Amino acid sequence: MANLLEVQQATKQFGSFTALQNVSIQVPKGSIFGLLGPNGAGKTTLIRIINQITLPDQGSVFLDNEPLKPEHIKDIGYLPEERGLYKSMKVGEQALYLAQLKGLSKKEAKERLKYWFDKFDITHWWDKKIQELSKGMAQKVQFIVTVLHRPKLLIFDEPFSGFDPINANVIKDEILQLRDEGATVIFSTHRMESVEELCDHIALINKSQKILEGKLSDIKRAYKSNTFEVGLLTDDHQSLFSTLNNKFSVAPADFKTIDDQLKLKITLDNTMSSNDMLRYLSEKAQVLRFNEVIPSVNEIFIKTITENE
Amino acid sequence: MSNLKLIIKREFIARVRNKTFVVMTFLSPLIFVGMIGLITWLTTLNKDEIREIAIVDETGSFEPYFKSSKGISYIDYTNLPLNDAKDSVVIKDLYGLLYIPGNTSNKELEKSIQFYADEAPNIDILQQIEKIISEELTHQNFKKKGVDIAVIESSKAKVDIQIENFLGEKTSKISSYVKMFFGGLAGYLLLMFVVIYGNMVMRSVIEEKTSRIIEVIISSVKPVQLMIGKILGTTLAGVLQFFIWVIIGGVLLFIASFYLGIDVQPTTPGQIPQDELMEQSQLILQDVLNLPLISLVVLFLVYFIGGYFLYSSIYAAIGAAVDSETDSQQFMLPIIVPLMLAFYVGVFAVIENPHGTISTVFSMIPLTSPIVMLMRVPFGVDWWQILISIVILIASIWFMVMFAAKIYRIGILMYGKKPSYKEIFKWLKY
Repeated sequence: MANLLEVQQATKQFGSFTALQNVSIQVPKGSIFGLLGPNGAGKTTLIRIINQITLPDQGSVFLDNEPLKPEHIKDIGYLPEERGLYKSMKVGEQALYLAQLKGLSKKEAKERLKYWFDKFDITHWWDKKIQELSKGMAQKVQFIVTVLHRPKLLIFDEPFSGFDPINANVIKDEILQLRDEGATVIFSTHRMESVEELCDHIALINKSQKILEGKLSDIKRAYKSNTFEVGLLTDDHQSLFSTLNNKFSVAPADFKTIDDQLKLKITLDNTMSSNDMLRYLSEKAQVLRFNEVIPSVNEIFIKTITENE
Repeated sequence: MSNLKLIIKREFIARVRNKTFVVMTFLSPLIFVGMIGLITWLTTLNKDEIREIAIVDETGSFEPYFKSSKGISYIDYTNLPLNDAKDSVVIKDLYGLLYIPGNTSNKELEKSIQFYADEAPNIDILQQIEKIISEELTHQNFKKKGVDIAVIESSKAKVDIQIENFLGEKTSKISSYVKMFFGGLAGYLLLMFVVIYGNMVMRSVIEEKTSRIIEVIISSVKPVQLMIGKILGTTLAGVLQFFIWVIIGGVLLFIASFYLGIDVQPTTPGQIPQDELMEQSQLILQDVLNLPLISLVVLFLVYFIGGYFLYSSIYAAIGAAVDSETDSQQFMLPIIVPLMLAFYVGVFAVIENPHGTISTVFSMIPLTSPIVMLMRVPFGVDWWQILISIVILIASIWFMVMFAAKIYRIGILMYGKKPSYKEIFKWLKY
């Protein structure tokens, strides 16, 4: 799959502070790319470099295999984390202005705005000032403005903050639809469950360096430890536990059940397959639960960052 | 439409729609004219008051020369003894009592005339009284020495020097006042414009920062573009406001002068007899027309726009560096000091000697040149001096805009920090 965006060896310093050090990322076309990292890791700086707000000291950025140039501004839509609109300007005028700055003609911008305003059912907001809207309402306007010029690359920094669960869902569906229509999305957030839900690729940045990047499924495969969660129905917990403990590496597990089960996490070495283990367990007790433990993004995040310290 | 045009348009509309702008635009001329009207009215009130002055003239030879006029009426108290006269003046609450003692030589009399009053009398009235007595005393002295007064009167001469420049154009004596007036007006307008509209630019930058829209905007346009668009848009709003002020102010002044009978002509200093006044005011008009009007207007625009650009880029940079208007105070010094310096140099040095070293030097230094040069222009400045000054100004505008843009570019993305001068200088290196 071709990459829409490639950042190569980007380095940025502010005085003596290094915000980014030799960071490279590759964002495949049509993907939703999660850009993760703790606070202050350098995500915003990287995003600003992609948006040509700041220039990297070293390194280069390619969009669609071309070195990044001012004309590319039209191809990028950016929803910053620190977002805002002119408070005393009317919603419609403001949206038109921002759309025109992105190169849309007034007529075109009006048509597309009508479409989006109808879709979100906010047409009656057109002549309201931003200061009359609630935070969530203003966010909706901002989302529309970000995607209105149909950019190839969309960058969302914490897009769900400020939304109630229902509206967050609406926005999530819109993001997925934009992806399906061919846009590539870079998604920066601290909400790991939405990364889990949306992203197919991720990159992890910590202390101005990239420490992990790849397809989410590949990363999970690499991070899984061949561990299985099992729930066994038996009369004698004690003896079953010691039998199993002799054969496998076993740890207690915790999950909710309705009856009294022996709950364990069993990690396999390479000598035995999961099928063999299941067969063995079924001889010893009634198997009520058997599933592979796949690390969540949250666990991968915490593990990688702490190992990196 | 190009982005710069879009930004200029938005900034212009944002300024013009602002309620304060609308109120200021239409209220200021009213207040201005109202003040002028009030002051004129108060002065006429003062003039209507008649001051009654009692005279005790023991010599009897001066009293006939005191003729009551519009503001002063003289009452003869000579038949009363001095003490009774004093009491009477106090009881009747008159303005004062003039006492001319008798039985003295003319020489002694010069020092022994008294004026009794509650408070120090008006200097004009005193001078008038002194003049009347001196004249009569002089006449008496002439008579004593056997000189014929008629001969003296007929041989008195009055010289009126006619001023003409080498091109043969006549000018009035107050020609330099006319030039000062125009120069000072231009300099003052620029000063006001810079402070009012520079602040507007700064406030609008701060607004973009606090409302956090800045990051959205600069992901679409270059910060320099945004800054220049902002300055230009605000300039247009300012020019519009001035235009409206001039029109409203003109109309109101016309109406006011019509109703109140105020003489709008600039008052001429010095005592010029009535018939000469006509001639003088024609000469003043001539003076105004003789000013290099076209170059004055062109240079006014050049320095006005140049000076404004120079200062508002500093204002924009300050706005970008701070988070709120209160924080901006510490950075106001680089604006206020040169502005004030320029204005005082203009008021003191230029009027004293428009082509002196101080005036010339300050009309070259970029931060002071717009105001000082505008004040010098009516006096006629060599074209090469203007050229050098403009070249320096343009170069420094370019330099200042780049400099400000750098601070602006970094500053607009810095939140929550109150930067020091030191930190801002560090930004220049990023």
